[in-house]
Order: sequence, then structure tokens, then C-alpha cells
Amino acid sequence: MSSVRFHTLVVRVENKPGVLARVSGLFARRGFNIESLAVAPTDNDLFSRITIVVDAESAPLEQVVKQLNKLINVVEIQELSPEDSISRELILATVNVEEGREDQIMREIESFEANVLSVGDQKIVVSLSGTPEIVNDFEVVLETYEIVEVQRTGIIALSTITS
Amino acid sequence: MQTNGGKALMKNLEAQGVELVFGLPGGAILPAYDPLIESSIRHVLVRHEQGAGHMAEGYAHATGRPGVALVTSGPAATNMVTPLADAMLDSVPMVCITGQVASGAIGSDAFQECDTTGITMAVTKHNFLVTDAEQIPQVIHDAFYIATTGRPGPVLVDIPKDLIDANNPVSQFEDYEPSGHDLPGYKPETEPNPQEIQDAAKLIFQSERPIIYSGGGILKARAAEQLKDLAELLDIHVVTTLMNRGGFPDNHPLALGMPGMHGNYTAITAIQQSDLLITLGARFDDRVTGKVDAFAPDAKVIHADIDPAEFNKVRSADVSIQGDVGRTITELIKAIKQMGETESHPDRSAWKSQISGWNEKFPLVYDDWQAGEGLKPQHVIEQLRDNTPDDTIVASGVGQHQMWASQFWSFNHPYTWINSGGLGTMGYAVPAAIGAKAGKPDRMVWAIDGDGCFQMTNQELVTARLENFPVKIAVLNNGYLGMVRQWQELFYDKRYSEVHLQSDLPDYKMLAESMGCVGIRVESPEEVKPAIEQANEINDRPVVIDFRTESSENIYPMVPAGKSNSEVIVHPSQGNEK
Ligand SMILES: Cc1ncc(C[n+]2csc(CCOP(=O)(O)OP(=O)(O)O)c2C)c(N)n1
Ligand SMILES: [Mg+2]
Repeated sequence: MSSVRFHTLVVRVENKPGVLARVSGLFARRGFNIESLAVAPTDNDLFSRITIVVDAESAPLEQVVKQLNKLINVVEIQELSPEDSISRELILATVNVEEGREDQIMREIESFEANVLSVGDQKIVVSLSGTPEIVNDFEVVLETYEIVEVQRTGIIALSTITS
Repeated sequence: MQTNGGKALMKNLEAQGVELVFGLPGGAILPAYDPLIESSIRHVLVRHEQGAGHMAEGYAHATGRPGVALVTSGPAATNMVTPLADAMLDSVPMVCITGQVASGAIGSDAFQECDTTGITMAVTKHNFLVTDAEQIPQVIHDAFYIATTGRPGPVLVDIPKDLIDANNPVSQFEDYEPSGHDLPGYKPETEPNPQEIQDAAKLIFQSERPIIYSGGGILKARAAEQLKDLAELLDIHVVTTLMNRGGFPDNHPLALGMPGMHGNYTAITAIQQSDLLITLGARFDDRVTGKVDAFAPDAKVIHADIDPAEFNKVRSADVSIQGDVGRTITELIKAIKQMGETESHPDRSAWKSQISGWNEKFPLVYDDWQAGEGLKPQHVIEQLRDNTPDDTIVASGVGQHQMWASQFWSFNHPYTWINSGGLGTMGYAVPAAIGAKAGKPDRMVWAIDGDGCFQMTNQELVTARLENFPVKIAVLNNGYLGMVRQWQELFYDKRYSEVHLQSDLPDYKMLAESMGCVGIRVESPEEVKPAIEQANEINDRPVVIDFRTESSENIYPMVPAGKSNSEVIVHPSQGNEK
């Protein structure tokens, strides 16, 4: 689907030193843009799983996949289409809450089903995991306050179960 | 049985069938040079590590076996970067072993430490940093496997000093024979898909103006015979890219020679006007396509390659066939024979006569020599071609002399042309010729080099003399970085900027003699042939002939960079109105 700009690739790699440098170096030298990247070991400690959201405007997805496949440590690449996959992202944010808006932010946190992780003097640390869209919406809401720090994990994704 | 990393390294190189390594020792690799003394492997001591790398490449091109280089850490490893990049772009099977500082010192900016695997990641097919001596047998086994299978390429193995040091307990391990490869992400596919073969055959039967566009993959797959069979079966003309010169005999009636920026008019135009490109082991390099949007605008494309990443990278293919190109051609021949029983292709006689018309109208030409001028470089190459054995191996540098060599030599056998195509590495010729001679000692090996290129790596002639590789070097000495001079003449309004080298310094004859070679200077046309004959007779040492060539000579045809192949400029005597 060429109309979709961002594609999610799930890349299973051998858990070898330097493998992340190989993947990110390939993107850099071939001018492929990474929108987000998340990496962690899998249940099998021989392999890691990298979830990459690729900007297909920077290069045709076919090239990205095939060049990635040429890396010896890349074992398998799966492209997840938005319809058949579940993606999640986690956001952590520290927000300044001016006097008088405490109740408002608590209501908004509740409506997103986000979590309050730490509360201080006119300051709050919150987290939310959800689809990238929901996380985006949540961040927009937080921006109406004063964001001190924000960190997002990048997307991780799995296929949906088809019966 | 207990062994140690250094011993195991040599043993496993021997087990890979390595007979020759090119290298130069230093601190971090020292422990490997001690067991080398007992090894059956011959070591060629170079004068610069870049030389070792290009020798390994020349050896690989000439023999089809992987070339091996052995060097130390830090500056030696960085000196290898150019040959690795060269081998990467030209898909040359090569294994480079580098020493590294001791395991415990890695990351501490130790003496002669550099991040070799980090630096070479982008210029190798794969690289390894050995972290445990016990890995050495398996890693060597894997390195040769990766370098020589699928799309061939360079593999580097970086080994910390302590792991090969016989006196260090960490280098000790229980010896074993590596078997198999634990490389779950590497499964080169060599068998073509039958459906794609059928689809390709169909396109061939529909085509009125087909051309076989053959590239270096033919030579890598050792498929020159199959290519000839296919061309003859189909009676279709063949162009051979710079990387496939010799992959189809130039003296064959269906041969059209080299396409691209300095290809001949017929090869360029036949591709440009064809309705079907049968692309075999070629990759639509920009030096071949010119402006991509305007390249072969009416052509459908069959693209056969071992590397699927080449499909649709530059030019989209109507049929793409992944696999060993030799296997692909064999299957294609079967399919065509079968289809030929029931089907026929359109009349191609008009296309054929068009091709022969171009050939007649636009042969490769150059002006006659005039008294007072330097030698015609084309004439020198023709004389070399006509006064050497038909199977002479020719290595070249990068520049005008390279293009003339490719144009005017007649390559009638595979593996007779050794050059730096993708990276365009000046200085390639001398060491590559030495590597070729090392691999094929019974063949005559000539380098056709430029004066600029020669000055980058000529020190390896000392290696050639001492190691007894009697190569012959023809320096086409035009006193200029000629190719760059030509661009400045044509595209920068003759504003010459830093291209004049001057022909008399160094004194090439004396330089050759100082390195134990025979040096000859040739200034007039009648001396050309006798000098070549003299050189051919000398087999106990290298020969360098300083051919004083005309500095104002330009290479034609030429497709200016970024222009369409339809805008090819032919030799001025052939007119450019077309
Ligand atoms: C290492 C390197 N540096 C620079 C260049 C750019 N370059 C391409 S051809 C050329 C001139 C080569 O001069 P020479 O060897 O005398 O060959 P000529 O063109 O005169 O035949 C140069 C500088 C290159 N290809 N490689
Ligand atoms: Mg020159």
C-alpha cells in the first residue's frame, strides 16, 4: 500500500554485539528515515526484536526490506499492516500543573485511563500506554499544561489473531 | 587436543584451501605471524596494506577463489578500507583478517586501536569481532562461506591479540573441526523460480528489439558459457558492461562491447532503443544508465540477479528472477527451446540491420597521429592487444586509460579484465595485476595504468620483484589527471584546475629501475611495438614502460554526467548531428 506513509517492520535479529549499529547504520547510509525504533530481547535470548516505523516517503519500502534482509544478522522481517496488527506505545511525562487546574488534569488522566506515577508540588508524573494515536492525543492534552519532560518508547507491535 | 587461537587461525585458513595471503605484520597481529612460519600458506609481504587488499582482489578476479589479506590493527585496518569498499561495490570475494588490541584494552583508546568492525561495517558484506579464541575456527569457516556464496563480497575478521597469543591462557581451547554454519539470517537462494523463467521466455518471444545487457554477475557466477549459449540460441546481440568485459567474447559476431558513459555508440544506442532488456547480472549503474528517467524508455525489463535488492532499485523490472545467473540462463534456455516448438517471435531483421548500420557508421575511432604529438593512447593499447597472447590478463587503473583499455582491447576470454568499476579506485592496477599474476603465474599479466594512478601504488613493484611476480606495466603517461582534465575542458570552459602532473617527474624509467624492475621509455610510435616485444621477453622481473602519450587526447564517445544516453557525444570526426 503505497498510500500509507509510515510502515511498521518487525525485524528479528541475532542477539550479537553491534547488530543495532548495523541496522541503524544501514538506514543512515541509504537515506532511509526511521520514524521510531524499539528494541529488546525476545523470549529466546539468541534473538532480539526490533520494531521500526519506516517513513516510506524517504525510500520505497521494498528497498528498505531487501537491504535489511542483506544484513547477515537479520533473521526475519515482517511488515505489519495497520489493519492486521496491534501497536502500542508508552509515554512518560512530567507536567507542571498551575494552581486551579489540578482537578481538570486528574479528570483528563482518568478519561485516558492513564496512570499517575508521582505527585509533587504543582507537578505530576504520568504514564499511558496505548495506540500511537491515543498516545498522541494524550500528549496534545498534556501540552495544554506545561510539559517539563516527555519520553515516548516508540511503537512495538504484534499481529492480531485471525480465526 | 588443545590448540591456541594463532595456530587455529593458520590451520583453518589452510583448511579453506588458502595458498596465498597478502599482508604486512604489526603489533596486534604479531602472534599470527609466528605460526605462519610453519604453515603451508605462502605470505606475500606488501609495502602498503592497500596493496595487500587490491592484490587479494586481483587474485580473486583472476582465479575465482577468495583473496586473503592479513594485517594488523589501527592504521593497517584503516589502510584496508579502500580495498574493502572496492570489493564491496564490485562483489569481489575476499577475506581480510585484522589484528585488534587485546580484549581487555578494547575501548580504552589503546595504542593502534581503532573500531575496525565499526569502521568497516558499511564496506563489508559482513564482519566479525572475535570475542573468544574458541570462536576462531567457526568464524573463519563462516567468513569464507559468506564471502564466496550468494552475492560475493568482502568479509573482515577482527581478532584481539590475546586470543591468538600462544603464551596467553585465554588463547587456549580444545580444537575442533567447524561443521555447518549457524547463520539463521543468511540463506542465499540460487534456484530461479520456474514461473518467472516462463514469464521471461514469453517476453523474449514478444520482443522485436531485444538486447542482452550482461554485467559482472556473469563472471561471478562463472556463467560465460551459458551466456554464449543463450545469445546464440536466441541470436540476440550482447552488451558487456565494464564489469563483464570478457564475459562474452568481443570477437563474437553478436558482441556489441561496452555500454555506458564511455561505451561505444552501438552498445549505448541499442540499449536505448530496444524494447526488451534481458538483464543478466547487471545492476543499472548510473554510469550505464545516464539519466535514469530517459534510459531505454521503450524497453520492458527482465532482470536476473542473485541479489533481490537490485530489483526495482534503479529501474523497475517487468520480470525479476532471483538466483544464480548461470542457473537462470540454463533454465531460460530450456524454456525457450520448449516454447520455440509452438511459438515464434516477431521479425527482428530490421532491428539487426539497424544495429549493424550503427556499427558501420560509428565504430570506435581516433585521429591519426601527427608529428610533434605525444603517442596516441589508443594506438598503444592496440599494439599491446595485437602483440600479446590472446589470453593475456589486463588490469587497469581508473581514468581515461581505463576506458581506452576497455574499448580498444579485445576481450575474448573470461577473467582477462581486472578493474575497479564501482568504486573507481585510482592505484588499483599495479597491486591488482600482482595479485592476478600470483593467482595465474603461467599467464602474461599487463597493467594498463595512468601516470596519476601509478603514483598512488607503484611501491608494490618492490613486492612484485622480491616475490617474483613478473608483471608488466604500461603507464599511459599523459602528464595529467587526464579524465579530470577532460571534464574541465568540456564542462568547465577549459578552466584547468589542479590536473597537471607533468610527465617527467618522477622519472618512470629510473623509478622502475630503482625498484628492481626494467624501465623503458617510449616516445615515438615506431618504438611502441619493439618495446612491447622486449617486455614480453622479460620474465624474471617486472617491466614498466613509460609511454609518453598525448595529453590533449579525449575519450569518446561520451555521455555527459546526468544526461540521457540519447545525447551521446561521438568522436568529433563522426559528427554529432545524427
Ligand atoms: C583515489 C581516487 N582519487 C581521485 C579520483 C578521481 N579521478 C578519477 S580519474 C582521475 C585521473 C586519473 O589520472 P591518471 O591515472 O593519470 O589517468 P588518465 O585519466 O590520465 O588516463 C581522477 C583524479 C579517483 N577515481 N580515485
Ligand atoms: Mg594521466
